[in-house]
Amino acid sequence: MTVLLIVLGAALGAPLRYLTDRAVQARHDSVFPWGTLTVNVAGSLLLGGVLAVPADPAVTALVGTGFCGALTTWSTLGYETLRLARTGARRHATANVLLSVVAGLGAAFLGYAVVSAFAG
Amino acid sequence: MGGTVTGPPESRVDPDVDLRVPADRAELAAHPAAVLGVIAAGGALGALARAGVQAALPHPPTGFPWATFGVNVTGCLLIGALMAVLTARPAGPLVRPFLGVGVLGGFTTFSAYAVDAQRLVTAGAPGTALVYLAATVLAALLAVAAGDAVTGRLLAAGHGVAR
Repeated sequence: MTVLLIVLGAALGAPLRYLTDRAVQARHDSVFPWGTLTVNVAGSLLLGGVLAVPADPAVTALVGTGFCGALTTWSTLGYETLRLARTGARRHATANVLLSVVAGLGAAFLGYAVVSAFAG
Repeated sequence: MGGTVTGPPESRVDPDVDLRVPADRAELAAHPAAVLGVIAAGGALGALARAGVQAALPHPPTGFPWATFGVNVTGCLLIGALMAVLTARPAGPLVRPFLGVGVLGGFTTFSAYAVDAQRLVTAGAPGTALVYLAATVLAALLAVAAGDAVTGRLLAAGHGVAR
């Protein structure tokens, strides 16, 4: 059952990451990978909220491990950063990593705080 | 130097999709159901593999999240290798969406990384959180560069032998 829920969540999260990335990248002209940043921060916010309350293991598998896990990515973040660094956009590369970590962590805290407040 | 990063015209800033590359721009319109289908299937496979690693290596609330760390660093090594291979030997239109966007995108995770760190802070281990945040960044970036460089060299060596 858990396996099926993870598969279902990931089968939704991964294509949504791709579509969000395309939509965001089509809306600006810079080399900065805003699309990946968007999915990573959104997924961190959602997962922070999901894990703020003692959730049903089924919800954790579907929304946490499956959906949020597949919506967000480290491989693309890593590759894009390497690419920026190698093409001479070192400031962009550094900014990409720092912004991702700070915004992702902030989003996780925010999601946790908001859901805790409402559940509390 | 690896084989991935060559001249700017065909450069891929984003392995998921670079809209300045005509093939990537046309990819979704050309076969939308197939592209989204292989991404969903690859994402599910990657997520299951990640869940397996996380289940096998649980960590206490204040312990270092080795499973997620290992998954993310391994995924970064593999995307570096994959993109080096695809740059040197272009494959079918569904290979990158399946392996890169789907399998490796679904295998690695940023949300668990961020929430692991948040939970470490909340559990009273901010030092471990800081080490985890920094170690993942360093190891992941080194892994991408290594995957790209080593694969680029292997491909170049193989090419030389074939001649």
